[in-house]
Amino acid sequence: MGIALVFEAVGWGVRGASFLFSGQRLLVMVLQVSIIGLLAVGVTQVILTGGIDLSSGSVVALSAMIAASFAQTPTARAVFPSLTGLPVFVPVTAGLLTGALAGLVNGSLIAYTGTPPFIATLGMMVSARGLARYYTRGQPVSMLTESFTRIGEGAVPVFIFLVTAIIFHVLLGHTRYGKYTYALGANAQAARVSGIRVSRHLMFVYTIAGLLSGLGGVVTAARAASGQAGMGMSYELDAIAASVIGGTSLSGGIGRITGTVIGTVILGIMTSGFTFIGLDAYIQDIVKGGVIVAAVVADRYRHRGKNA
Amino acid sequence: MTYLLEVQEVRKVFPGVVALDGVSMRVKPGTVHALIGENGAGKSTLMKIIAGMYRPDAGRVAVRGRTAMIHQELHLMPSMTVAENIWIGREPLTRIGLVDHRALDRRTIELLAGLKIDIHPDERIADLTIAGKQMIEIARAVSYESDILIMDEPTSTLSEREVDQLFRIVADLKARGSAVIYITHRISEVFRIAGEVSVLRDGRMVGSDAVENVDRDRLITMMVGRELTQLFPKSNAPTEHLALSVKNLSLTGTFSDVSFDVRAGEILGIAGLVGSRRTEVAETIFGLRRATSGEILIDGVPVTVDSPSTAIHRGMALLTEDRKMSGLFLPLNVQDNMEVTSLNGRFVKMGFVRQKMLLAACGAMANTLRVKTPDLFEPVRNLSGGNQQKVLVGRWLLTSPRILILDEPTRGIDVGAKAEIHRLISSLAAEGAAVVMISSEMPEILGMSDRVMVMREGRTAGILDRREANQVDLMRLAAH
Repeated sequence: MGIALVFEAVGWGVRGASFLFSGQRLLVMVLQVSIIGLLAVGVTQVILTGGIDLSSGSVVALSAMIAASFAQTPTARAVFPSLTGLPVFVPVTAGLLTGALAGLVNGSLIAYTGTPPFIATLGMMVSARGLARYYTRGQPVSMLTESFTRIGEGAVPVFIFLVTAIIFHVLLGHTRYGKYTYALGANAQAARVSGIRVSRHLMFVYTIAGLLSGLGGVVTAARAASGQAGMGMSYELDAIAASVIGGTSLSGGIGRITGTVIGTVILGIMTSGFTFIGLDAYIQDIVKGGVIVAAVVADRYRHRGKNA
Repeated sequence: MTYLLEVQEVRKVFPGVVALDGVSMRVKPGTVHALIGENGAGKSTLMKIIAGMYRPDAGRVAVRGRTAMIHQELHLMPSMTVAENIWIGREPLTRIGLVDHRALDRRTIELLAGLKIDIHPDERIADLTIAGKQMIEIARAVSYESDILIMDEPTSTLSEREVDQLFRIVADLKARGSAVIYITHRISEVFRIAGEVSVLRDGRMVGSDAVENVDRDRLITMMVGRELTQLFPKSNAPTEHLALSVKNLSLTGTFSDVSFDVRAGEILGIAGLVGSRRTEVAETIFGLRRATSGEILIDGVPVTVDSPSTAIHRGMALLTEDRKMSGLFLPLNVQDNMEVTSLNGRFVKMGFVRQKMLLAACGAMANTLRVKTPDLFEPVRNLSGGNQQKVLVGRWLLTSPRILILDEPTRGIDVGAKAEIHRLISSLAAEGAAVVMISSEMPEILGMSDRVMVMREGRTAGILDRREANQVDLMRLAAH
């Protein structure tokens, strides 16, 4: 958490105020990245298998559009005029299923046709974004019910992110699903010999990653009180960055959810912190890129030290 | 006498371990100098110091001439051709600085022909057999025309015929005045090709002598520091119960008409040269490949085995030939590696893995197998080959298999660990397991098996009883 301390020090120097020790600001900081965090948890388990998911940002948009279209109040301009004012579980389920379905398509392509994960999810990234636009011909979906928008209010997204992180922390460390995921990423052939149904498991992992993207879409739509096809733009890269900053190895088999949470928070600190100390928005991105690479380089050095 | 290599009082310390302590060694030109010792004895460290990859903490190394090394693990680029791999970084160039492919091919053909290796320069490494890759690795080292050639366990993946070929190459190098330092676990090889032998144990040089002054038992005693009374203990007695029967098993284009029975309590050895398709038969029985025809019976009942998980469910276990490729999860720890086949039944409750119970079971197994590791959370990549193999054996024993298929169970591991694994196999059979053991080491096959099946080019060449099996007959059946 060295970055946090740097910001704290710079904050005092520049603004004469504490950056981190303000409850409000800390909350805003995590709030900004809680969607990224959800995606990062999903992509962490994908990266653990040695794969990658580039589609999460677009799937956020598609799920947000579909969830929003089932969460509208009775108005004349609704997407489905006969399906308005529905109970909250309908849009939520619709959003989650959309995400899971996108993940299932990714997973099936990768597990059963041998398409490289990069390509399969790149295709999904492009198509899902297109589908999100096509769904309403580019029109935003607004006038959402209050019961739905409540999901995005105040600190609720932070809560959803943290609960999800805890669930996946337990899932990866203490269940067969998690242990098989690590084994598969460490050596797929050995996993097969050891009786793991590799293809089926791989499909599960991508489907669950899609489900989390769907959840991200639901929360995004609720928070913005609308669904827009441009939502979640390049979130997939931030999610991968958070996971990698948190120590997940792109070669598979190494990584933890706790690391991913820390990586997500670091991304949040960077985004909010830069604004706090008044750094130019363009320079923010330049520095952010550097930090991502620096985190991985530092990680490699640490591991090298251990192995020597 | 001038020596090509003089190592004097070399000491090398890694954090926490003294890898080498006061080691001296001298190598004359035109000799084959065998270096033997258990895994972890310091052989590889010593060789890396000689090759200049490590710097000694104390002592002196004097090398006259150039050295080249053939590593135990293959260092080839699978997607490139044989010629490209051999001359990488030293490609002949045309006048404008591009790679001269014609000269490259010509040189490769000359080199391979000189070594009597029948492989085309344009073949991709990925398409070669393991043995073929090993021969290319050897050719590459020879191509440096160095004065000292270090070979680290070059025969562990070769069949007898290729070993003969390698030994001809070694003899040829010796005649040209080069020195060959030959690291091996196979003591019989020392007597076949070496003129001198040095033994390392726990980082110290235990002895160095001309081969004619030592014998097999003496070398083994020097390596392990204790008397080994019997290398191949036999305590099992086959029952009449047919645990596994394979009838006319075929896989088109790979093997055909393979039939054998294994009784509970019996060890069936499968001998054959590289390419005899023994591994493929094992993989098919275990569900990793789909047979095109034939039948598999377990306890006399025909069964379908369509995946390893079905095989495991039916009480089978397969210890694969290649530890790194299809056995170990290298980034994970000892515990993770051992438990992977046992994440079911009593070890899982309400979907959650019962960590403490698993830890206890793996700990007990590690103790029984005498796995040398600081604890179960040690990354498995830090263990020696023998201990890694024990972890894999432990992985399978935790499933309490009734049919054990072992593919080269002692490849590349030291004499001590080897004897322990042999003892273990024997006692498992004594407890009623049916064991199928594929091995390319004749003494292992002859010493351990109740019956021996010999395979040749995807077919059963014969099945011999323990009493009638001998090395000459097996070789005749295997090579024809």
